[in-house]
Amino acid sequence: MMKALNRRNFILGSAAAATAPFMSAPVYAAAKGARIVIIGGGFGGVSLARYLRRHDPSLAITLIERDTQYTTCPLSNGVLGGLYPISQISFTYAKVKAAGIDVINEEAVSIDPSAKTVALAGGRSVKFDYLVVSPGIDFIWDSIKGYNEQAAEVMPHAWKAGAQTSLLRRQLEAMPDGGLVIIGVPAMPYRCPPGPYERASLMAYYLKANKPKSKIIILDASDAFIKQDLFMEAWQRLYPGMIEWVPGSKSGKVLAVNPSTLTVSTGFDDYKAAVANIIPAQRAGAIAVRAGLDQGTGYCAIDPVSFESRVHKGIYVLGDATIAGEMPKSGFSANGQAKACARAILGAIAGTAATPAKLLNICYSTVDPNYAFSIVDGFAVTGDSLHLTFEDNRTTPIGASDDEHSREAQSAKSWYANITAEMFG
Amino acid sequence: MRSLLMQVGVIVLMMVLMMAPGISNAAQISNGEALGDACTSCHGIDGHSKGYIPAIAGVNKATLLQELKAFRAQSAQATIMNRIARAYTEPELEALAGYFSSRPR
Repeated sequence: MMKALNRRNFILGSAAAATAPFMSAPVYAAAKGARIVIIGGGFGGVSLARYLRRHDPSLAITLIERDTQYTTCPLSNGVLGGLYPISQISFTYAKVKAAGIDVINEEAVSIDPSAKTVALAGGRSVKFDYLVVSPGIDFIWDSIKGYNEQAAEVMPHAWKAGAQTSLLRRQLEAMPDGGLVIIGVPAMPYRCPPGPYERASLMAYYLKANKPKSKIIILDASDAFIKQDLFMEAWQRLYPGMIEWVPGSKSGKVLAVNPSTLTVSTGFDDYKAAVANIIPAQRAGAIAVRAGLDQGTGYCAIDPVSFESRVHKGIYVLGDATIAGEMPKSGFSANGQAKACARAILGAIAGTAATPAKLLNICYSTVDPNYAFSIVDGFAVTGDSLHLTFEDNRTTPIGASDDEHSREAQSAKSWYANITAEMFG
Repeated sequence: MRSLLMQVGVIVLMMVLMMAPGISNAAQISNGEALGDACTSCHGIDGHSKGYIPAIAGVNKATLLQELKAFRAQSAQATIMNRIARAYTEPELEALAGYFSSRPR
């Protein structure tokens, strides 16, 4: 026994001795390279990981993501409309790993800002020099009476793409012609402000061809929405009489649901739905809230130059979880914020100050395969927040030609191919 | 002579800084590249676009700059670039044109 142990020690010792000269270079690099840990493998987290890796091969980059596959919210409304299968908008982390990023498919359960560690569900903890939290959103389940995680299996939100998207698509396929589809929209702020209206459009695209007697009612907590005139124009042209929008001031806000009868209730009316797509109110992903990064407000205050948390130094927050001035909660925003944050972290490592980024948000809404329109926004840091650089002519003009809408539809597909290649390619 | 000495001094200083511990070996990010980070979300990494959106990697600087200025002046037709170009000053457009023209095709 003793002898065996000695022999084992001897082997380990000699192996270490033999590799020592070859180890010295990587050990030096590792000591030099800061440890960057990222929570969340979506548009913010993956964009940041890939950007850092492209600019600094010496960094030790770890991406913590619960799921092994990522389905993008952008283009997920096309799955609901039957334009393409969900596989077309789903990615694995294989190329992210191949780029030299350590991907841990486990849930991050807590952050210790003073010890600089992240605890994982499996019991391990990961040490960081810089932490980037990009957890997206979580739902506020008690915001609508009767709507919780179980109810979402009957009345899907489909506001995190994946299984929920597939469930809602199956329900549309199974519903009878002449059925009523309800889309319940929460009060701002929520992820992807034009999303519910694009969704109504692409659902109408499917229903018009397959179940033309059906109707879609959008029950909205708000009295106006982004690109409203362009959506209304498109609905009139493409889907006349199919989509009805009920604003908050006309009792549009969903107050309660009954999953067993598929009833959706507002202040005045009860709607009996064939398909009920209920989008609840949202807040920053649970890990950010648990770490106190939202200071109890639901979303996280950040420095608009570096995206460093206002609560904890060395911890950065990206994307939907942030309060980013006039920037909307979108994949495009998160991708741009990730690059600005990455530059700030590279600067912090090198001891140089971060310079303010010029950020954009370009958002296409596709209302049929050959008809899209867009909003284009520039953002710059003024004061202590991000503000629009121009306020006029932000959208495609009303009355644009079929050719213009077709070119925007092609641009939307090209944008998606390019931004996802930057992340997952 | 003094300027030569100064140049040598600057070079020595740069070498010392480069060798100093704790300084990242990250490539310096130029102003053009930092500004261009917003462009690659649509035009692809280094401007290598897939699909309908034009590839801009390695396009002649003068050509790129002329187009960008025309978008900014609303004197050229575009799907969305005439709206976007308003977010940038002329020197910024020049830095962008310089950066993407320097990318290999």
